[in-house]
Amino acid sequence: MLLANLPALQVVIPLVSAPLCLLLRNPRHAWAWATLVSTMVLAVAVMLAQRVYAEGTISYAIGAWATPWGIEYRIDMAGALMILLIAAIGAVIMPYARRSIRHEIARKHITLFYTSYLLCLTGLLGIVVTGDAFNLFVFLEISSLSSYVLISLGSTRRALTAAFQYLVMGTIGATFILIGVGLLYMMTGTLNMTDLAQRLPEVTDTRTIRVAFAFVTVGVSIKLALFPLHIWLPNAYTFAPSVVSAFMAATATKAGVYVLLRLFFTVFGSEFSFTAMHVGEILMLLAFAAILVASLVAVFENNVKRMLAYSSVAQIGYTILGISLASTAGVTAGIIYLVNHALIKGALFLALGCVFLRLGSVTLKDMHGLARHMPWTMAAFVAGGLSLIGMPLTAGFISKWYLVSAVLAAGYWPLAVLVLVSSLLALIYIWRVVEAAYFNVPGAAMHKVKEAPASMLIPVWLLIGVNLYVGIDASLIFSMAQQAADTLIGQALQ
Amino acid sequence: MTGISAIPPGLPLILGALLLPLLGLRIRAALVLGLPLLTLALIWQIPDGVSLRFTFLEYQLEPVSGDRLSRLFGTVFAIMAFAGGLFALNRARTLELVAALVSAGSAVGVTFAGDLITLVAFWELLALSSALLLWSAMTDQSYHAGMRYLVIHLLGGVILMVGVIGHIADTGSVTFTSMALDSPSHWLMLAGFLLNAGAPPLSAWLPDAYPEASPTGMVFLSAFTTKTAVYVLLRGFPGADILIFVGLYMIFYGIVYALLENDMRRILAYSIVNQVGFMICGIGIGTELSMNGAAAHAFAHIIYKALLLMSAGSVLYMTGKRKCTELGGLFRSMPLTTACGIIGALSISAFPLTSGFISKSMISQAAADETMAMAWFLLTAGSAGVFLHAGIKFPWFIFFQKDSGLRPPDPPLNMRLAMILCAFICIAIGIWPAPLYAILPFPVDYVPYTRAHVIEILQLLLFSGLAFFIMLPYMKRTLTITLDWDWFYRWLGPRAINGLTQVLSRWHTHRRTDFLRHLGHLFGTLFLYHGPRGILARTWATGSMVLWVVILLGVYLVAYYF
Repeated sequence: MLLANLPALQVVIPLVSAPLCLLLRNPRHAWAWATLVSTMVLAVAVMLAQRVYAEGTISYAIGAWATPWGIEYRIDMAGALMILLIAAIGAVIMPYARRSIRHEIARKHITLFYTSYLLCLTGLLGIVVTGDAFNLFVFLEISSLSSYVLISLGSTRRALTAAFQYLVMGTIGATFILIGVGLLYMMTGTLNMTDLAQRLPEVTDTRTIRVAFAFVTVGVSIKLALFPLHIWLPNAYTFAPSVVSAFMAATATKAGVYVLLRLFFTVFGSEFSFTAMHVGEILMLLAFAAILVASLVAVFENNVKRMLAYSSVAQIGYTILGISLASTAGVTAGIIYLVNHALIKGALFLALGCVFLRLGSVTLKDMHGLARHMPWTMAAFVAGGLSLIGMPLTAGFISKWYLVSAVLAAGYWPLAVLVLVSSLLALIYIWRVVEAAYFNVPGAAMHKVKEAPASMLIPVWLLIGVNLYVGIDASLIFSMAQQAADTLIGQALQ
Repeated sequence: MTGISAIPPGLPLILGALLLPLLGLRIRAALVLGLPLLTLALIWQIPDGVSLRFTFLEYQLEPVSGDRLSRLFGTVFAIMAFAGGLFALNRARTLELVAALVSAGSAVGVTFAGDLITLVAFWELLALSSALLLWSAMTDQSYHAGMRYLVIHLLGGVILMVGVIGHIADTGSVTFTSMALDSPSHWLMLAGFLLNAGAPPLSAWLPDAYPEASPTGMVFLSAFTTKTAVYVLLRGFPGADILIFVGLYMIFYGIVYALLENDMRRILAYSIVNQVGFMICGIGIGTELSMNGAAAHAFAHIIYKALLLMSAGSVLYMTGKRKCTELGGLFRSMPLTTACGIIGALSISAFPLTSGFISKSMISQAAADETMAMAWFLLTAGSAGVFLHAGIKFPWFIFFQKDSGLRPPDPPLNMRLAMILCAFICIAIGIWPAPLYAILPFPVDYVPYTRAHVIEILQLLLFSGLAFFIMLPYMKRTLTITLDWDWFYRWLGPRAINGLTQVLSRWHTHRRTDFLRHLGHLFGTLFLYHGPRGILARTWATGSMVLWVVILLGVYLVAYYF
């Protein structure tokens, strides 16, 4: 009974826990509750993923309403991989959050933080499991609204403007998606994604569908922060609390990419999206601009958190580059890139949170000589950085490998070279941090700085460990990503 | 499959190196000397064929795959790590020793890599550790030189990696075997390999970077990067005709610039390019004899170049000076260093009874056998040029020439021992080449000591020696582009040479400043747009963000409509 309802539980558990969390006035209790819930969410996600891995796509009718009319939850391999990622990141950052949040957020807001966090988790998981286009919009809004709150809790007042700008952009994005979904509903009379996919081919040659597609494309591009609609992201990540930056970088934009995969491949079908509408070429161009421009900005950036934020924009570019090829190899590469980058950026932002806890700043000039005082934190940062650059034996190498293979298989020689050359830019900005922390003479205030507490270091190193593990044995993630890509593209062919 | 032969031989060096900072001085010394010997022992445990396999991604990796060629290069890398370690013991910074052992380990790793993925992994590690080795000199120059080194080599690594991925996509196989130049991926791989060998058009990274290393660091640097490249070319592209031309270009590039140079270690750096040119030429000729010659020459070269750099390093270590014009007459107080420097110089000039003689002549002989008259002629001319710049110029200006007034003693014991070891190997191989010939990749039936050959080489060397001393005033003249210019005007030689060198060096400086100016412009432009206050990096007003949304929506609508 319980097992049969896992898809619903995946969303219901955090959704119901969030208001309960608000009742716990004591920050410590709120933290314990949120930790418990995110562990349960992870357990559910693992069970679900196992079932999908063993039995294939799960379809679940909410309230036992039959599918085209009722809301369907549908988890295929791509979804399984995503809920696993989101739930795992959510669970890993919780032990870390206690100290970091106590330091960065006023005591009276802490309960609010954990409540918003649980809502955000609900929204992100809901986006992934739902098989209903309107329901997708609802979950998108749940996750977005809660993340506006999360960002606004940042320690400086600029967090408020950053959250506001994100709110404006995010709302426009969500509205565009809603307009797109509305137009689709107008033409087909259905909201169920599978049903939509079956009915759309009859009406694809209409202006309405094309306009719907344009709205959806722009809306999703905002959500996943594709250049040049990424502008909300750097400030949001820079001024949000460290835990939030890590959580959002690892999950929120990734859920945006998932929405893109879902809508382009499952709903519209790759035949329409990529062959008829040529969205692949446009995405490739924007992805490439994202990689170059954002990496260059990161190279010149002095605030390390902002540097990582711009680096995220660039990395989203790589992910989209893979997807824009619209081949099995390309989509596989895109998904692997997405997962690995979540692991990398999560670890890097968490490591930076340790720095902020002890140093109260994350600018390069304040980090001079830091490695002597925070050896474990900085070692983690270097390991994560190497993975970001794509050194062999790290997860980053695996993702670059598949991406370049896919680009080469599609025959874009110069693009493959440029992808790898641009990873040298990542080397430069990571190196600037290494240079400051390891090679520069520490300032006078430095001798008071201690290593971060174990409760924060262990999650960081856990993520680094996964990074290294994936770098050595990528068979599991590869087989999952490949199945996911097969399902996505296969659905389009039906 | 299992057991001691399945240990990647480079691994103890790399892992052991990482332990060094944690250990006390004594254990550290034992490790620095012991690890290379352990590696050497491991190398000779590895049987022919693949002895370790595992699956990575969907490929079968073969990180330990031995054959005669791997063992030859592995052996000389291990010997070199030992000799260099002995030379640097207790003198070098810990960071330098770590970087040196890691680079030795990655070089050994490359030689035993049976597949391309392992090869690329060790290749990148080699680049990284070499840069670290440069930085460990802890000077401003070494910092910048290390940066430039890293950028160029990571770029080369990227080119190589694209080639490798393309090769795997084309053939479906990751095994590292010999390839023909028939696809873009193979050309890219060749380019990646050649970049590490110091081939044109980017030869300049080598003389730019190496002389900025510490006195001990350059000994290590000279051994691994270029010779690993020679190894992969031997295995990957034997007989590729283009390599003959690349090799010949490198031979003369090295000679010309070494003759113009004043810094003693930069002379030796140019001469690395020159010597690697001989090897690459041998690979290009592609017969069994020439390949044997290239391999043997790499072996011999690593040892005698190390010896030369050790003697130069000793001089630098004891005097702190590196310009030929500031040195001279050191034979009085540094007899051992002088003797070792001369042995190294004779070896590099391929003097009979030294290691260079029995290796280099195989390459020219192969050219003669293949009736490549032009190549043979140029190789012989190149040999004469080597004697000019490295064989005589280096020892003459450092140890003899004028008396500089410096009276430094010979360097400390461990440095002396390392030099004696290398000098011994140079002579031993020269007198008794059989053991080296026995481990070459192909069976050898070449006899170096025939009367005709010995006489030919002696004639060549004598005449170029004669030429050196006859032209000595002009040789000095070129050394003094920056120093004592006026003094030598009293010895004003033919205006032609004078003018030529001036034009050459001015052209060189111009090109360099032009390049740096363009680089500065580029950087400025990039900063203007991407810097923290640039349009692409600063925070935008919410309105302009929304404007972009509208623009993009318009673009998509238009695109989808048509």
